[in-house]
Amino acid sequence: MKEHSVIPNDQPQAKGSKAPAEKPVANYSKLHNWFNSFENRAWKGMVIGIPYLWMLVFFSLPFVYVLKISLAESIIARPPFTSLITWVEGTRLSINLIFDNYLLLLEDDFYIIAYLNSLKIAFVSTLFCLIIGYIMAYGIARSKSSVRNILLLLVILPFWTSFLLRVYAWMGLLANHGIINNVLLAIGFIDKPLQMMYSDFAMYVVFVYTFLPFMILPLYSTLEKMDISLHEASADLGAKPVTTFLTVTLPLSMPGVIAGCMLVFIPAVGEFVIPTLVGGPGSMMIGRMLFDEFFANRDWPLASAVAVVLLIFLVVPFMLYKFYSAKQEERVS
Amino acid sequence: MKPSEEKYIDKQPWLDKHEKPFLEIRGVTKKFGDFTAVDNVNLEIYKGELFCLLGGSGCGKSTLLRILAGFETPTEGNFLIDGVDMTELPPYERPVNMMFQSYAIFPHMSVEKNIAYGLKRDGLSKAEVKIRVEEGLELVQLSQFAKRKPHQLSGGQQQRVALARALVKYPKVLLLDEPLAALDKKLREKTQFELMDIQYKLGITFIVVTHDQEEAMTLSSRIAVMDQGKIRQIGTPTDIYEYPQSRFTANFIGSINIFEGVVKESRSESHVVQCEETRCDLIIDRDSSIHTGESIGVAIRPEKIHLSREEPDNKDFNTLKGKVLDFGYIGNLSVYNVKLDSGKTVKVSSPNQNRYSKHRVTWDDIVYLTWEPANTVVLL
Repeated sequence: MKEHSVIPNDQPQAKGSKAPAEKPVANYSKLHNWFNSFENRAWKGMVIGIPYLWMLVFFSLPFVYVLKISLAESIIARPPFTSLITWVEGTRLSINLIFDNYLLLLEDDFYIIAYLNSLKIAFVSTLFCLIIGYIMAYGIARSKSSVRNILLLLVILPFWTSFLLRVYAWMGLLANHGIINNVLLAIGFIDKPLQMMYSDFAMYVVFVYTFLPFMILPLYSTLEKMDISLHEASADLGAKPVTTFLTVTLPLSMPGVIAGCMLVFIPAVGEFVIPTLVGGPGSMMIGRMLFDEFFANRDWPLASAVAVVLLIFLVVPFMLYKFYSAKQEERVS
Repeated sequence: MKPSEEKYIDKQPWLDKHEKPFLEIRGVTKKFGDFTAVDNVNLEIYKGELFCLLGGSGCGKSTLLRILAGFETPTEGNFLIDGVDMTELPPYERPVNMMFQSYAIFPHMSVEKNIAYGLKRDGLSKAEVKIRVEEGLELVQLSQFAKRKPHQLSGGQQQRVALARALVKYPKVLLLDEPLAALDKKLREKTQFELMDIQYKLGITFIVVTHDQEEAMTLSSRIAVMDQGKIRQIGTPTDIYEYPQSRFTANFIGSINIFEGVVKESRSESHVVQCEETRCDLIIDRDSSIHTGESIGVAIRPEKIHLSREEPDNKDFNTLKGKVLDFGYIGNLSVYNVKLDSGKTVKVSSPNQNRYSKHRVTWDDIVYLTWEPANTVVLL
């Protein structure tokens, strides 16, 4: 540090300290700016637009089409449903909305039970996934960083084989002469094979196994980010580990819990392969029903109605949640 | 809150043989694998002290604090608070609280709930919690922010929430990990004094970890200087600065000039030290522990040296001659680097008492450096 300005007006002239030449202002700068901002807006529009376009093409349009079919009547033709809009006598446009399918869904126990059953199975599976997944995610998040990536890789590893193959593998494990029964028989733990296949037990096992990674990954990402000093502060202030978990860890990991539960619950409700392959006779789920209506009965309108109701079941609670959490956020700030 | 009855700092309990230490650390060692973070630390801290652990990063000061809080278990040794061994207790059963460097405020709770958190864990009644929370808010002047969420507060306000949250528990010892490190300079200076005020008002024993020597000097009743897991020196700020016991402490706290030499002659009031670096003999005050023929370091702080262009005539003072190599204007003072004939550079700082002087010392001036022998520090 050199001394320079102790005496006023004694400012030493630094060598070569001419003010830098001003940049020439180009004539095209206005146009250039306009083009730049246009370009910016176009980019922004595109970035925001792509997801909307995606939603429109792959969700909204198919949904409207399914909705349309659900309001038609089944006929033996190609396509196997009546059209909503017909010309009567060449001059009168007639729109026929047939709600029979929806009424049938409401009246027939068969469907209501299947819906409730689906929700129940999905709920129980989600609960088990949450408990097991939370423990695993917590363990991974608190493990040494050298092991952490390997553990995460192990969680994702099952995705490298076909889902169907993995279900068949479970069938091999759970069957009456499967690996588990054989081992238990060999060590003399049981004297006749346990009936595990085609039961709720088998179904839940495979459900939890299948959806567990979807629970672990979002939970892991919230738990891993959590500041360890918050746990220490809680302990320091007199909270036992259980209290710390309930008052600090769990509330702060709620975004991960909710994301994980959504990722498990929503596909679980509509799941069709698992109950079909390993489930018992009482495990009629809506996904299975949907499949049967479409492909066995070829009643497309009824199947579509089933699909629409299912969607409402799933989307409405989600929308409510979003609405309330947005409102809560507003209240905070 | 309970005001303390006496000003402990004035009492200097560590000088009193009958006074019992409030916190006793006995031979605490912490090893992480091969690395020794804390190396056989013995420390006695008295009630009502504001004690600083000062050291560079990695010196073990934070680990020692975390051992006291219960987040680390010592490999060896133990420590007692008020005569009770705390080493084996989990953090939630210790009568100590910690203010974290990151503050560790619960982001999902309001200011009020953060402060109430520790009180609820103690099983206090709702009414009592409310009173204590209000007290705490008042103490740190945050009453109007009670309902705010942490992310709506400034850094300084967050710091005070963290402080209040720990203080409302009336801990026997409050541990503060770099309490002011995240604040900007002006706020830090202001907060230092607030912190001292609060500590004085409540009479709670504070242990502060810091790497900032200025902070340590301002705040503490006593400082422990740490390096490589060991305590190098314990003393009041004045002790540490004016009477450093080792080259490490002398160099770590402030800046200092050290001249290496050999004791040539011992007189009734002084010693004469022969010194190559100064090319002349230096006079130091008599010290019974110094013997003729011994190699010592003669150390002098830059501000204790007087700098002038005229040769002084006081023969009792040490006088060196040199050329100004460089100097820096800091505002309140100027710092000079003066090169002696031997090539040794001496740091001198002198206050700028006048706005400007025509006779100011500048580059390449020949100057005389003088200091009183009593101001020298002898380093072995």
